[in-house]
Amino acid sequence: MLGYLLRRILAAIPVMGVVALFVFLLLRLTPGDPAAILAGDNATPEQLERIRTTLGLNEPLYTQFFTWIGKLLQGDLGTSLISNVPVLTMISRRIEPSISIALSTIVLAILVAVPLGVIAAWKHGTWIDRFVMGLSVVGFSVPVFVIGYLLIQIFAIDLRWVPVQGFRSITAGFGPFFERIILPTCTLSFIYVALIARMTRAAMLDVLGEDYVRTARAKGISETGVLLHHALRNAAVPVITVIGTGFALLISGVVVTESVFNLPGIGRLTVDAVLARDYPVIQAMILLTSLIYVTVNLLIDLAYTLLDPRIRY
Amino acid sequence: MTNIILDIDNLVVSLGKNPSGQRIIDGVSLQVREGETLCVVGESGSGKSVTSLTVMGLLQKGALVPTGGSVKLVGEELLIATERRLRQLRATRMAMIFQEPMTALNPVVPVGRQIDEVLRAHTDLDARARRQKILAMMEHVRLPDVERIFASYPHRLSGGQRQRIMIAMALVLEPKLLIADEPTTALDVTTQKQILTLIRDLQRDHGTAVLFITHDMGVVAEIADRVAVMRHGRLVETGTLDTILRTPTMEYTRNLLSSVPSLVPRAPRAETDEPVVLEANELGKVYRERSFFGKAREVAAAKDVTLTLRKGRTLGIVGESGSGKSTVARCIVRLIDPTSGGVRLAGREISDLSRRLLQPHRKKIQIIFQDPYRSLNPRVTVGETIAEGPINYGMPRAEALAKARELLELVDLPADAVSRYPHQFSGGQRQRIAIARALALDPDVLVADEAVSALDVSVQAQVLELLDEIQKRLGIALLFITHDLRVAAQICDDVAVMQHGRIVEQGPAAQVLTHPQQAYTKALLDAAPGRGWDFANFRPVEVAAD
Repeated sequence: MLGYLLRRILAAIPVMGVVALFVFLLLRLTPGDPAAILAGDNATPEQLERIRTTLGLNEPLYTQFFTWIGKLLQGDLGTSLISNVPVLTMISRRIEPSISIALSTIVLAILVAVPLGVIAAWKHGTWIDRFVMGLSVVGFSVPVFVIGYLLIQIFAIDLRWVPVQGFRSITAGFGPFFERIILPTCTLSFIYVALIARMTRAAMLDVLGEDYVRTARAKGISETGVLLHHALRNAAVPVITVIGTGFALLISGVVVTESVFNLPGIGRLTVDAVLARDYPVIQAMILLTSLIYVTVNLLIDLAYTLLDPRIRY
Repeated sequence: MTNIILDIDNLVVSLGKNPSGQRIIDGVSLQVREGETLCVVGESGSGKSVTSLTVMGLLQKGALVPTGGSVKLVGEELLIATERRLRQLRATRMAMIFQEPMTALNPVVPVGRQIDEVLRAHTDLDARARRQKILAMMEHVRLPDVERIFASYPHRLSGGQRQRIMIAMALVLEPKLLIADEPTTALDVTTQKQILTLIRDLQRDHGTAVLFITHDMGVVAEIADRVAVMRHGRLVETGTLDTILRTPTMEYTRNLLSSVPSLVPRAPRAETDEPVVLEANELGKVYRERSFFGKAREVAAAKDVTLTLRKGRTLGIVGESGSGKSTVARCIVRLIDPTSGGVRLAGREISDLSRRLLQPHRKKIQIIFQDPYRSLNPRVTVGETIAEGPINYGMPRAEALAKARELLELVDLPADAVSRYPHQFSGGQRQRIAIARALALDPDVLVADEAVSALDVSVQAQVLELLDEIQKRLGIALLFITHDLRVAAQICDDVAVMQHGRIVEQGPAAQVLTHPQQAYTKALLDAAPGRGWDFANFRPVEVAAD
């Protein structure tokens, strides 16, 4: 197991290397002078020269790459061209809201969706099944901002239970943190509940037709036992895959929700950087997103080996 | 008179809740007494499995519904029992084992815990006592190294061991009734023999009533006290084993018995000096499991296999699962590449040809697979399927389709079948289509890989007859891969017995199957179920030998 983990982590290194190379070339291979791209349209020749020297753009390409990678490994992601703040500082300020929302959304979605999916599969073909599937279609099709504004209108404006928008760090106390995170979490959960419930139902339907489920019933154990001990664990692999990729998606970008609830997350950081052509930030965000995906995939694969003893590497 | 454990009276099971709906089981009455084995035999679709699932209360909800009659277990009516009561009865009064030990156990739970579930659901024993009882039961079903197996996952165990686990699970609470639904069908003959003996012995020790469902007359002859023959959801006839095998009264039973191929090889055909069409020389296939760091693991699936096949003759390769017989077939057809040795097809070495150079030789050798439900593309019409090969080799489309019609007639299917899809045909008809497809390229050699194993005996007999007739008419050479010695005895001129990837014995079928020289061949023959009976002549073999 440990050997497998080690091998998988080693295998992730070349993947990240390729991403780093791509990110590096992104700026260098864009048509035109990188310094001019970075400096914008109204730059003076002196400004351009200054950028070239700071970024080492006069050096050969490979020297630039290794200098860049060297800095990267020391945690130096460069400095924002717009705000002049180190990129690492910008990301670390923005990462807490993103991770908090991603985690709470995925936990809420799992808690709601997995039981829904199990029940829908168990009561396959009945009104319960059709109701859950109908709910899932609604979850998929209603745009996130509609749900967001609807929740704000009801719970923040009419009922005044929670603040309309904003974010407080958990270090400032759980109450204020929770108040502000609950609505965006519910908003985002909608689509994830739809997705996970659908996946759970499909996986459970497959598994419930298996011989070992019939064996379990023939043993005279309770229906709950059959569903939870025998069926759900076997149905878990595809469900875990959806949850994992969903989680990665959640961390790296929920721009609309962040905008609706005025959350200072990394989704908006990325969009702002792209609009402002703030290349160091864009590069850092691509690297971060790739790292999240690589890590999540690794965790998913590990979960497979834990869930299914037949999978051994 | 011993106690009646199971009493099924005039049972009707319908499709859907409507009593006037189609009847899957139509007025079946059966009784099983204490310590008795009742074999229910029938071909696929006869309703034998539905009957057993009805007893257990495991019919798919809403799809199949008992709409009439009664099922009594030790006097208690089961058709009106609540779900809760049925759960109580399962494993304690009645238990069931299934056909596929590979899929009947939960792959993600250690087998010990799966047995433990039965005890947790139905007893108040503490963990220690439960473990003791399980280990004792596992020893009782003759599992080796019970402590290790207790903690093992199903995929770590062999098919026979898994079926023993199923039996241990079924019998741990000493139920009055054991329902065994084709429990040995998926097992090799030697394992099958052990499992049948085990069920017999356990039954004798505990006085269990056994309802044994099977399609295999050989197994019936081995285990039954009484036999019930079913067809299309109705009972054809019941009687003691001897009565059914010797003096069956119904036409259907007689036909069923007549279709069982005899273990006594057919009269040998004269040796010919026709040209050799296929040769395998010291053929070998080694699978390497690559690993990232560790040493690569090697598995020899076939080793030093040497075979010769002449025009118009049939060579059988027999052996148990994992013996390498299918690997050999696939190497010969070059569906997989052999790692050593050679294959000569009509005098031309083909084992080292590249895919492209192999192309013109492919048409000379064709293969038919085991499962006609999966080997035909469901979205392509039968005509297109048959014509595809000739079209690939440059035959004009219209001509190829005309040929497809001819071939369908050759395999006794209507020519208008060309425009239909595989799902519109029965299993036997599909296998005929597969044969027509293989013949479309006018091959010199036809490889049949377990081609009749998935078919009912009566259909099997027809397909074997068809292959025989085609061979006579076209002079084709047949390489026949099978695990079934009865089938081999009826169709092969020569037989090669394989074990662990090697040929252990080879020679004329009449000699190998009646006077085997090797211990393994003897063991195989000895394990063949019902070897004491000449079913087709309704008498034991000893009499037939006179």
